[in-house]
Amino acid sequence: MKWIFDNDRPIYVQLTYLIKLGIVSGAFPAGSAMPSVRTLATEAGVNPNTMQKALSDLEGIGLLHTQRTAGRYVTEDTGAIEQTKQTLAQKHIDVFFEGMNSLGMDGKTAITLAEKSLNNSSREVM
Amino acid sequence: MTPLLRCQNLSKQFGAFHALYNLNLSIGRGRIIGLLGPNGSGKTTLIKLANGLLAPSFGEIFVGENKPGPETKKIVSYLPDRTYFDQWMRVHDCLSLFRDFYEDFDTAKANDMLFSLKIDPNALFRSLSKGTKEKVQLVLVMSRKAQLYLLDEPIGGVDPAARDYILQTIISNYNEEGTVIISTHLIQDIEKVLDDVIFLMNGQVERFASVDAIREYEKKSVDEVFREVFRC
Repeated sequence: MKWIFDNDRPIYVQLTYLIKLGIVSGAFPAGSAMPSVRTLATEAGVNPNTMQKALSDLEGIGLLHTQRTAGRYVTEDTGAIEQTKQTLAQKHIDVFFEGMNSLGMDGKTAITLAEKSLNNSSREVM
Repeated sequence: MTPLLRCQNLSKQFGAFHALYNLNLSIGRGRIIGLLGPNGSGKTTLIKLANGLLAPSFGEIFVGENKPGPETKKIVSYLPDRTYFDQWMRVHDCLSLFRDFYEDFDTAKANDMLFSLKIDPNALFRSLSKGTKEKVQLVLVMSRKAQLYLLDEPIGGVDPAARDYILQTIISNYNEEGTVIISTHLIQDIEKVLDDVIFLMNGQVERFASVDAIREYEKKSVDEVFREVFRC
């Protein structure tokens, strides 16, 4: 997992996003134990209190949960993870259409172009 | 709870020059704090006052319950902005010195860190490069289990790879009882590691806020905000 940060947003917001990505992409699989705050903070090169805040936020929305003695786990609710993935995907789609709109293209043209690009490239189709 | 470091109307004059002027500050435990400011803004003076190396002209400074003295030196680990080891000393002699002076010094940890940084314990301290000397001193200071770490320019002279290692050491050393105060100009390198930043300007606190609060409010990194506040 790569921990890269922008300059113009709070770090905990970016951490929350990156960990969400880790969960939906399977880097942190459903039901698995999360590394400790200290381990994650050291890996990401961030302040442990900031990491703690990001993890608490993810607990707040149910993607993580704490077991009293055993530490922190990724939710087993694969439905919730899929939902999060859809929400994140929607954001990428919105950005794509906004970008194409700003070039003066309507949605249909944008999709045609995208399909053409997909067929031309060696991009992996899942 | 008593703050770990508290300054009350703290002032330090050198002749007619006010290095610090009526400074008020209260710092709690479990924080990693950047002490930032242009040259001559009072960073080193504040750190020296906290160590009892300077006495206040007016006002007071407390570490926990006490004014700087033998009691506070037990719980404060200080990295000065210059070296102070004797000409004859080898790196392992520096370690012995620290072990003799400080009950909380962890020799095994210091040796581990020297090994990671590829520093030979048998090397003469005076024969080391400037950056390596700084690394050795930082290893010594971070190998104490202190409550307050005062690091005056800890990463200025070391290469970027060692800088990363040092920052990782600070993160993995973190504990809820202890606080680390780092004075530096290299804001961009350490911003992600900090809870809070203190901007010093002309011997006073210009602002004291959390890194994320600044980023949220200003929509900029602390480094960029610093450049604006202290534009020449």
